[in-house]
Amino acid sequence: MTRQAVAAGVSALALLTAAPALAEIKIGASLAVTGPAAFLGDPEAKTLEMLVEELNANGGINGEEVELILYDDGADPNKARTFATRLIEEDEVVAVIGGSSTGATMAMAPLFADYEIPFISLAGAVVIIDPVQEFVFKTPHTDRMACEKIFADITSRGMTKVGLISGTDGFGASMREQCLDVAPASGVEIVADESYGGSDSDMTPQLTNIAATEGIEAVVNPGFGQGPAVVTRNYAQLGIDLPFYQSHGVASDEFIKLAGDAANGLRLPATPLLIPDQLAEDDPQRQPVQDYIAAYEAAHGEKPSTFGGYAYDAFHLLVNAIERAGSTDPVEIRDALEATEGHAGVTGVYSFTPEDHMGLDLSAFRILEIKDGGWTPVEE
Amino acid sequence: MSELLQFLVSGITVGAIYAAIALGFTLIYNASGVVNFAQGEFVVIGGMTAAALIGAGVPVWIAAPLAVIAGMLVGVLLYRLAIRPAREAPLVSLIIITIGASIFLRGAMQAVFDKQIHRYDGFSGDAPLRVGGATILPQSLWIIGGSIAVFAFLAWFLNRTRAGRGIRATASNRMAAALVGINTGRAMNLSFALSAAIGALAGVLATPVTFTSYDVGVLMALKGFSATMLGGVGSPLGALAGGLLIGLIEAMTAGYISSDYKDASAFVVILLVLFLRPQGLFGARITERV
Amino acid sequence: MMAGQRPTTSAAPADTGRHAYLQNKVTRRRAIGPGLRTFLIFAVLVGLGALIFPSSYFYRVGTLVWINTLAVTGIVVLLGYVGLVSLGHAGFFAIGAYATAILPNYGVPSPLAMLSGVLLAGLLALVVGRPILKLSGYYLAIATLGLGMLIWMVLSKEAWLTGGPDGMTVSGMNARNLFKMVGLNLKSAEAWYWVAGFTAAIGAAIAVNLAGSPSGRSLRAIHDSDVAARSLGIDVARAKSRAFVISALYAAVAGGLLALANGYITPETGGFMHSVEMVTMAVLGGATSVFGALVGALILTALPQVLTVFADYEHMLLGGIMVVTMIAMRRGLVPFIADLWTRRKS
Repeated sequence: MTRQAVAAGVSALALLTAAPALAEIKIGASLAVTGPAAFLGDPEAKTLEMLVEELNANGGINGEEVELILYDDGADPNKARTFATRLIEEDEVVAVIGGSSTGATMAMAPLFADYEIPFISLAGAVVIIDPVQEFVFKTPHTDRMACEKIFADITSRGMTKVGLISGTDGFGASMREQCLDVAPASGVEIVADESYGGSDSDMTPQLTNIAATEGIEAVVNPGFGQGPAVVTRNYAQLGIDLPFYQSHGVASDEFIKLAGDAANGLRLPATPLLIPDQLAEDDPQRQPVQDYIAAYEAAHGEKPSTFGGYAYDAFHLLVNAIERAGSTDPVEIRDALEATEGHAGVTGVYSFTPEDHMGLDLSAFRILEIKDGGWTPVEE
Repeated sequence: MSELLQFLVSGITVGAIYAAIALGFTLIYNASGVVNFAQGEFVVIGGMTAAALIGAGVPVWIAAPLAVIAGMLVGVLLYRLAIRPAREAPLVSLIIITIGASIFLRGAMQAVFDKQIHRYDGFSGDAPLRVGGATILPQSLWIIGGSIAVFAFLAWFLNRTRAGRGIRATASNRMAAALVGINTGRAMNLSFALSAAIGALAGVLATPVTFTSYDVGVLMALKGFSATMLGGVGSPLGALAGGLLIGLIEAMTAGYISSDYKDASAFVVILLVLFLRPQGLFGARITERV
Repeated sequence: MMAGQRPTTSAAPADTGRHAYLQNKVTRRRAIGPGLRTFLIFAVLVGLGALIFPSSYFYRVGTLVWINTLAVTGIVVLLGYVGLVSLGHAGFFAIGAYATAILPNYGVPSPLAMLSGVLLAGLLALVVGRPILKLSGYYLAIATLGLGMLIWMVLSKEAWLTGGPDGMTVSGMNARNLFKMVGLNLKSAEAWYWVAGFTAAIGAAIAVNLAGSPSGRSLRAIHDSDVAARSLGIDVARAKSRAFVISALYAAVAGGLLALANGYITPETGGFMHSVEMVTMAVLGGATSVFGALVGALILTALPQVLTVFADYEHMLLGGIMVVTMIAMRRGLVPFIADLWTRRKS
């Protein structure tokens, strides 16, 4: 019986994994379409599906069709690693996009070195690209850069004493650590350091303590999901009037909707995706940003989020590299990817080098302020 | 001083939500001896349904009752399809069934609604009220009032009404209850419907403060379950007190000790209570039948 | 399942109860002991998998099946033998995993690190077991749940040690090198498959031998009734504590193996949902036997892989399966099918 069950299970697996191969170029993706990081993975998956359709309608890559094989890892590193193995071994993809979360990314990463397949992560933490791994790239800014950008804005306003209130999820905890790390070099002193659980419903005790901290001049909230919206509402509820900073983790219209009027006046580092109409005519990112927004709205009837933008850039970087490589050999694609120079995406302008597999500098980040429920760039 | 007051306000608001969930647990436990791990999903159903209706332009005073009714229907379905067929099953099967039901409902909500986080405006606006040196949202008063009302209703219903006494009798001895002419099936249906309604009501009231999304139910259920155990299983007073206590312990830990271990504090207290007084704070000692 | 079929030939009519086939198996003396027989059956299954697996991906899924089987075997000892529900066993699993991940960073070799993790988990189970196991039913469930949550929280918060919620890389041993030493050059996915399968086979054999031993019989007496067992002169508290520790050891070994095979772990290995998953596997397959553990682990590990096409409905299917199995096959798949088999034969 058991033997039969195993055999049945195995043959069921074999049946489902042996999908007929119509396309010439297979690109794999493992994203957190459901689960705790679904708000990252969901727009990322929608973006990739949309882009593949668009690409094939326009004749594919060098005349060859592209097939996207997408799995939902639910941000579970265990599943992610299994799916990465499956993409490489069973689906025989030439490259993989994904890992919405840092944990999933890091669990998958060693496989790509073993099999020599290029991999572009959509997760934030700096550990993904530092130290550099030969086959691992990523498109989002690191949380470390977000801290630097925020601190630069704080010091430019003549302030130095900062309080942190961080989410205890992966994003918040990692960014908190980076902020603590770069604070001295940025000329900032962290005078308060509080945290909250990802689905907590009231952060007034923590904020009360922060507001009561002697000499505090500004507050930064590393976190994503609903937590920052609750913090923002509590901040207004308590009537704290210190300058308030959110992270790039909440850079979406959704956040303004959730936080409501309480969000007015706060600042955050974000990609140009949020201010498509306020970009200069000669801004290299103007075109991709407007293209992406138009296409996404047409396909899904809603505005794209920053996170979908990471997938947009990853896909275009990859397609671009395959075109330049003129080959579907994974190693050649990787080499072409690493040679990417001045690629204007929606997140920033990418230039990869053997030492830098993220390829963005701080200029791609813009400090935005929320005014009257909309985004306004802060002049630097 | 104003800090302590703010911590108290925060603790009571959050605690009142836990208490409402715990009261739902209590009602089902009283009737069936089942601890329903899907209780958190009722909260989400309430919140998501109300959010979807309000988002579609339905006024809040229509959307809120509809959301509670939606929760109630799911509660009855849960009983009929999952609990009643497994009535004589051992405890572990019932735990797996209700956890399975909660996973199922989570998947269903993701399919019916979406994966976004939702919120709607507070019933009496969102301008904070000042009390002493502390601030409180008008919606928090709704939540606290709602929990107390549910508690009062349950205390009255279980002790003073025929239907409520039927539920209690069914819980203590189903066969004896049936023999004295109590419709035990109706009592069970009623308790699941009411319990789900209580959960959905908690969701409807809390969403303007806590927000909601399809997957927050597990955590709600864990906190509510903890509150139930802290207060003592089966006692409405225990559920109310347990919920408020956990909320207060969390707020005080966040305020005075460390926000990092705020969640841990609640579990430490529960373990201590279970070790020292296993029946909970307000529960009667249960003598096991042999 | 094999074991499920055997005893039915000799089963007395009264023996259709909860542990009938289990008891029969141990009372029937055979040329080889039940433990060795179980080991051989598992070994054959491990080998059979290797024969038909076409790629590393299958080995990878197979590895997870064996690791889960091992962890769930611990649940079988606790839940199936003694009837105690734990909703916090992922905590012990995570202790094994994290010790295996952390200690090599301080110069401890991987096997020793894993052993330390297993001992630590056992020690913790011994210390907290006494007060916790005085509780029963839902009280025990919430106490173990609380314990698991506390372990999970420490792993998430103490980032300096554990890498925090994003998890940490596990450096150290690769099973390939084990096989290289004896001249076999395997891919690492294959190597881990053999290691995991072999460990699961040993674990299953030990659990089966335990069931047949005098202390195993006293565990089952407790399962049926605490009071009756006490009146037979069984030290109930001690026996429960022993089962709790043993099941924690199983979970920790499985955790250590997963850490090594994955090369990366996050606190979610110790999370509530993982605890639930372990219990569900046991109950789905049939918590009274190690074959139930294997079937439950196989189904719940392979199912998400088969269901990727319906990823959007995965939760509904999974939840639905849990509910339906518990209603239709209360004792789990293996006993259910064993019963069907008996009925058809008689």
